[in-house]
This record gives sequence, C-alpha cells and structure tokens, in this order.
Amino acid sequence: MRMINRRPERSIAIVLAMIPFVAMLIAYAVGSDVRRAANPADKLLPAPSHVVESAGRLATEPDKRSGEVLLWRDTRASLVRLGLGVGLAAAIGLGFGLLIGLLPIARAALAPFIATLSLIPPLAVLPILFIVFGLGEVSKVALIAIGVTPFLIRDLSQRVLEIPQEMILKAQTLGASSWQIMTRVALPQVLPRLIQAVRLSLGPAWLFLIAAEAIAATEGLGYRIFLVRRYLAMDVILPYVAWITFLAFAIDWTLRAVSRKAFRWVEEDRL
Amino acid sequence: MSFVRVEDVYQSYDRRPILERISLSVPEGQFVSIVGASGCGKSTFLRLLLAQEQPTEGEIRIADASPAREPDRDRGVVFQQYSVFSHMTVRDNLIAAEEFAGTGLGARFWGSRRRAAAQRADAVLERVGLGHVAHAFPAALSGGMRQRLAIAQALAGKPRILLLDEPFGALDPGTRLSMHEFLGDIRDDTGMTIFMVTHDLEEGFKLGDRVLVFDKPRWDPDDPDAYGATITYDFDTRMPGAPFPHLLKKDVTDVRHSA
Repeated sequence: MRMINRRPERSIAIVLAMIPFVAMLIAYAVGSDVRRAANPADKLLPAPSHVVESAGRLATEPDKRSGEVLLWRDTRASLVRLGLGVGLAAAIGLGFGLLIGLLPIARAALAPFIATLSLIPPLAVLPILFIVFGLGEVSKVALIAIGVTPFLIRDLSQRVLEIPQEMILKAQTLGASSWQIMTRVALPQVLPRLIQAVRLSLGPAWLFLIAAEAIAATEGLGYRIFLVRRYLAMDVILPYVAWITFLAFAIDWTLRAVSRKAFRWVEEDRL
Repeated sequence: MSFVRVEDVYQSYDRRPILERISLSVPEGQFVSIVGASGCGKSTFLRLLLAQEQPTEGEIRIADASPAREPDRDRGVVFQQYSVFSHMTVRDNLIAAEEFAGTGLGARFWGSRRRAAAQRADAVLERVGLGHVAHAFPAALSGGMRQRLAIAQALAGKPRILLLDEPFGALDPGTRLSMHEFLGDIRDDTGMTIFMVTHDLEEGFKLGDRVLVFDKPRWDPDDPDAYGATITYDFDTRMPGAPFPHLLKKDVTDVRHSA
C-alpha cells in the first residue's frame, strides 16, 4: 500500500503524537544528566525534578517584596496587555474591514494605505511608541494593536468581499440600506471569520507582547524571563515558557469553542 | 398594457457587445422564460432587469417608473444559490425581509411589531411547507426547501416583478418537478410577473407563458465576440409553436447553425 494511503488507527495515532514530546523530555533529561555529572551545580540544564520544584514554588509562594505570587501577577499583567491590544485590533479590524469590503469609495481611499502600513515592521516603530506614549502600559498595548491590526483589516475586508454577491443583492431587493446590509448581513457573516483571524494573529501578538515587556516593564511574563536571564535561571525560564505555551493553547482552544457554539450556522454549513 | 418595457437595450463590456437591440413589452402577470446557450447574455439581461447593471444604451421601465439605478424593492430575486441569509434561521429570514423594508438604523423589529412579523412569517412558512423547520438554519435544509424559502422571502418583500436566475439549476430532477408545482401555485396565488432564466428548454416551456430565446444572430467565425446576442425567438406557449408576431417583422437568420 502507498504511504499516502496508510492511515494510523486512533490509538496508534495518539501514541505517535506523544513520541516527539516524550523524546524531547528524554533528550532533556539525558542532557541534564550528562552536564550535571561534570558539574553538579550546572545552571544551563537543571535537573527535571529541580525545574518542577521551582515551578511549584513560582506558582504558590508569594514574593518576599510584594507579597504576591509572581507567576500570577505576571500572568495577569501580560494577559491584560494581550487582551487590550488584540481586542483593540479586532475592533478596528472589524470596523475598517466592513467599510473597505462593502463600500467601494472606502476601498479606493483606504486599501492602498493599509497595504503600505502593513509593510512596516511593528518592532521598528516600538522606539517611537516608547517616545510618544512613555514606558507605561499604553506603548505595550499599542505595539500589539499596531502589530496585528493591518493584518486583521486586510483579512476581514477580504472576507467581506467574499460574501456571496447574491446575498447582498437579495438584501438590496428587500429594501435594505447600506447600513442595514453592513450590520445585518455583512457583520454576522464575517464574525466567525473574525474569530479565525484573531486566532491567527495571536502568535504575532505574543511576540510583540514579550518583545515590549523585555525592553521596558516592571511585571509580565516576558519581563520575568528576560530579567532572570541575567542569572541563567533556567529553572524559572523553562516553566515560564511552558506556561506561556499553555496559555496560548488555552486561548486558542477557547476561541475555537466559542466560535463553534456561537456560530452554529457555519458548522452546519460544512455538513 | 405593457408593465415591463425594455426599449432598444444594448449592453457591452469594454466595448465588447453582449446584448444588442433588445426590445420587449411584458404585460402584468406574465411568466416569461428566458432560454439560450451559455454565454448568450441571458444572465446579463437578468442583471439589467435587476438594475444590478445599467445598459450602455436603451432603458428598462417597470410600470412606467423611471429606470432604476440600483436593485430596489420593485424587483424580487432568487438565484441558483446563496439567495437566503445563511446566518439567520428560516423564520428570521422572512422577518428580515420585512425589517429591511420597514426599519431604519436599528434594522430590527421589537416587541409587538416583531411578534406580528413572526406570526406572518409562520403563516407563510406553513403555506410553503416549511413550518416544521422554522428554527433551523438554511444549511440544514435540502436544496429544494432552501429555494422555497428564497422564493417566499423574495415575495415577502412584495416586489412588482420576480426575477429567477436558474432557480432550480442545482436541484435533482424529482425536487425540480415539485418546485415547478410550487412555483405554479405561487403564481396562481399572486399573479406575479415573473422572469425566469433557465438552460432547461423543457422547464422554460412548461412554466412560461412566453419563452424568449437569446442567441447571436450574427456570427463572425474569425471573431466570435464581434456581435452580441439578442432575442431571436419569442414564443407564446399558450399557442403552441406560434411566435409572438412582432418579432417576425425582422428576418432572423440563425447563421450559427449553418456554420
């Protein structure tokens, strides 16, 4: 049988999926063992047990100075920034996406401008943001928003253009105004697409968040890993990276679940 | 007498003629089938009737109103697909038809107005045999049910003419037959003036009072796009085989078949 036609059974598929994860953990444990055999105080690859212990401490013990558990404080700070930045970008992206996709005049006026803006590397404008907005929260939220908004506008305006012309014509023959077509046809038609687009933009959003936090912050997940980097504290960095990965996964999973529940008509569309 | 009047309409895209010298007069209540090979301009003609496009020359008037510049409430339309709002339930699709016509910025009915609209919608759904799926989304319906909903929705807007663009093209033969019956009943009930584009000759003759055949009367084998299509035959199906007399005043020769 050809390889392209050989499909694993469900149980085998699960085992196959686990192999890379297990392999990575084993590789780490072996590497750690080798290094600690040479130097018991090795900081680069601390023992797995040490990492787990340190992760437990990070998640439960309050910081001596602030009295707060650092992991939760950092998580809250980062998620607020991420939420505000992506939320702002989604709102702007949806608004402009609808305008550009639906109104030829808005499209003529804005599409080339947005296309140009989207070519600017967001990290290159970070210094400008720090100068204009200072080192506080605004500049970090702004970086995330600036980073993902052009993508969201372009993606959503494209989705609006992909709404079947028949539906728009039908609404017109029923007497709908431009505003009614925007709010009652185009908006609900692209809302599921908005969630998809937001899911795609979360990767870059995390990147901008951590970059901004690394440069100027007093709390946050990105701030913490870059802070303890100076002490080669891999036992802190590794749990933080794992935690960030988990958060990213959880957000993505939640958005997908929300989309499935809220937009039953799309799911049925695929039947 | 003439309800829909098409006067010497020409349509071309980038100076490439698609339709040439189309003139037509349709009395109220007539069912006009439009047939022809693909690419012979019958869908273009429907877009002109819908006022989705403006003719390069000539004009189309409904009930002596000035020519429309965009699709409006005078024209109901059903396409082969995507003719209903997939994000609304079956019932909401009908309510929306009233809401679009009857609301401003809010775009929704509330309270007693909504309840009244819902009641009217349910009555219509019962009549078209969709009462049991009022809360389903269109994607869950069969193709025939979806088209019945699309037609009911178009009529809920109380148009003056109904335009059907291959409305049954995506349906299987059995469903198509029952849809013919459905459309016939609707017609008997409403006396609607209907234009239906179809590639199915039999369907066109079965349903229409009148069948228009679109074709290219002039044909340049070296440059197939040189000439546009026009109405080459205009049959009165109630008098089998008899063309509408006024068309014969021009000698129509079908050069294409001799090629």
